[in-house]
Amino acid sequence: MSAEQPSWQRFDRRRRIGRFLAVLAVAVVVVASWQFMDIGVVDPDTVPREIADLLTRMYPPDVAYTPQIIGPLIETIHIAALGTVGALVLSIPVALLAAENTTPNAATFWLGKLIVTVSRSVNTIIWALIFVVAFGSGPLAGAVAIAFRSVGFLGKLLGEEIEEIDFGQLEAVRATGASSLQLLLYGILPQVKPALIGLVIYRWDINIRDSTVLGFVGAGGIGVQLFQSVNAFAWQSTAMILLIILGVVVVTEGLSAYTRGLVR
Amino acid sequence: MATGERTWQRPTIFRTRRVKWAVYAGFLAFFVWSAVGIGFDPRRVLQGIGNTAVLIGDFLPPDATARELNRIIAKMLESVAMAMVATVTGIAVSIPVAFMAAENISPKPLYALNRGFISISRALNAIIVAILAVKAVGFGPLAGIITITFKTVGFFSKLLAEDIEDIDMGAVDAVRATGSSPIQTLLYGVVPQIIPRFAGLSVYRWDINIRTSTVIGIVGAGGIGSVLLTAFNRYDYQYVSAILLSIIVVVLFAEGVSAVVRRRYQ
Repeated sequence: MSAEQPSWQRFDRRRRIGRFLAVLAVAVVVVASWQFMDIGVVDPDTVPREIADLLTRMYPPDVAYTPQIIGPLIETIHIAALGTVGALVLSIPVALLAAENTTPNAATFWLGKLIVTVSRSVNTIIWALIFVVAFGSGPLAGAVAIAFRSVGFLGKLLGEEIEEIDFGQLEAVRATGASSLQLLLYGILPQVKPALIGLVIYRWDINIRDSTVLGFVGAGGIGVQLFQSVNAFAWQSTAMILLIILGVVVVTEGLSAYTRGLVR
Repeated sequence: MATGERTWQRPTIFRTRRVKWAVYAGFLAFFVWSAVGIGFDPRRVLQGIGNTAVLIGDFLPPDATARELNRIIAKMLESVAMAMVATVTGIAVSIPVAFMAAENISPKPLYALNRGFISISRALNAIIVAILAVKAVGFGPLAGIITITFKTVGFFSKLLAEDIEDIDMGAVDAVRATGSSPIQTLLYGVVPQIIPRFAGLSVYRWDINIRTSTVIGIVGAGGIGSVLLTAFNRYDYQYVSAILLSIIVVVLFAEGVSAVVRRRYQ
């Protein structure tokens, strides 16, 4: 590839130095991070052996355990479905607040942004911890946690869609004497509907994955079974649960991709 | 658009209006089933909302003693350190996996194997992986690093493999035509085409890893999560909200850095 000149180089000197410094900085940070952490008594060399040991114990998966998983699995799917619906309902006002062109004033705009930020920054499992306290342990707390986690995601992306709508259409609807609710239904909704459906399906797909861990903090679903079997060192049952989660996630991902393809 | 007649009706993507209502009814029935399935009870919901209001009062204002504050800072640094190390190890593992998972340059069996691995990594939630890692190597940040590395591989190799599949094979053929070895073909034909995306993806994943590293401590895999769980179990809610605040700040910071870097390099 090199040209006739004695040495061809891709970058000039300044960029080379910049790149070198960037790589150096990353290396220093990583080494310092490794030094900083208290890895403890575990010798990293034994890690591959430990993991191989765990995987050997998991094989073969305990197929006979399947009937006991079906119930919690359906519960997981219910949690994800209801959480997504709840998030959809809550996210519409949030999106209207967080979109620059529909928010009434600066204060409401920042309120919208605040809700979006808090919801998105706090992980599902932390939301579940909070709502288990408020709603008592069980799948209801899980669904509420899923809804609160998803509001930020849907509100943010839906808000961005609303910011890009064509205001001409909105004015046309307003000119017919429509009320603000009608404005929302006939002016804004039709313009964001395809995006909204796509986003909701996408979030539902994520929520199925997220709701598999809610059981750890007592918020229902297949996680309860999973943690019981892990704590009992029943690795073959654990493997079966993991396989079933894998299957469900692959199916929902396929379904989600297919339906999003339809509405796009 | 409209279907003749006098009254205008909104067009539908379903074949007929009857199908549309059937689909809607199907969804409604499913949601009702879900609601019954998880024991949805309006009274319980109202009570829960009431409890939440009380809880918000307990959470505010965020408060931590000096000792607790030091603990937050130390454990948060541990989270960030885990994310840093695991991002690098994760990307290092991802690169070969991505090449093997790209349909256009990888043999079929290898392709299937690596795609399978990517699916597993993506399907399992970080918390689940963390639990298994903690069982395998014990409590502490090492389990966290393994978890985040594993999760990074699924995400990073999938997107990188998709970029490799999208490259211009003409350039690869041109390099091969000069008589280069397979390694050289990879280095000079494929790699230069994916480098720009590589930088953006790395920073993006780093951002996600910071988020992950703040929660996996809940199951004992190191970082701030363990402090959070302890505070929760002690009902020390003002301390909990101080921790949550620190998580939000760190996550926002990472997101900001990632957004700036990605804007510059893409």
